[in-house]
Amino acid sequence: MKMRSALGRVRGHGSAKSGTDSWYAERLTALALAPLSVMFVAFMVAGIGADYDALKAWMSSPGNMAMAIIFIAVTLRHGALALSVVIEDYVHNKVIEIASLIAVKFGSLILGVFAAGAILKIGLGD
Amino acid sequence: MSPHLQVYAFELHMAISIFHRITGVVLAFGVVALIYWLAAAAYGPESFARAQWLFGSWFGYLCLFGWSVCLFYHLCNGVRHLLWDIGWGFEVERVKATGLAVLAGTVVLTAASWTIGLSI
Repeated sequence: MKMRSALGRVRGHGSAKSGTDSWYAERLTALALAPLSVMFVAFMVAGIGADYDALKAWMSSPGNMAMAIIFIAVTLRHGALALSVVIEDYVHNKVIEIASLIAVKFGSLILGVFAAGAILKIGLGD
Repeated sequence: MSPHLQVYAFELHMAISIFHRITGVVLAFGVVALIYWLAAAAYGPESFARAQWLFGSWFGYLCLFGWSVCLFYHLCNGVRHLLWDIGWGFEVERVKATGLAVLAGTVVLTAASWTIGLSI
């Protein structure tokens, strides 16, 4: 039987004020992606990407360009958070787990910056 | 290991739940393909033509169709998850009804998108 008080037992084990950040970010990005993915579907269905010049013309509009970058960025953030949870759930080897989590973080950042560069090049390039 | 999935009889709404995760992982690969396609356009007309040939092949169409199914499923079930997060729809009957709505929504949105997309 423990003689310590409830307060004494929890003290020093960290604050209860944080820890929900990634949970909240997953939902917030999901909320943003609901309309963004509908816009993406409209872009695909309209076949704007079928023609090189049509794609360049579409992307040269600042609003379209901003939406494209935001869509990719939010999607990668949502995906990276979710893949991290999947890895934490199913990968039980600690070394592989941490390596996978780092790969997801690095990979999503590299892909995001690369995609933003590509979108800017399509929209602004000659 | 304590009793887990193996002690429950298989049920449709379990499948709907795990498919949210599976479609999400499949969509992660779809984003990589989308970024490849954007990069191909950024590198110029030749590489763009190569990407268009790839996505225009039967295999490309198969992948695009699969990703569209996953996207609509994940979108519909994602809205269902957000409704649960604000505390709506936990009653068993409502969970079953919204689960079926997700399946119906996926079929309707996929069919509508491809019908309109291929006719444009």
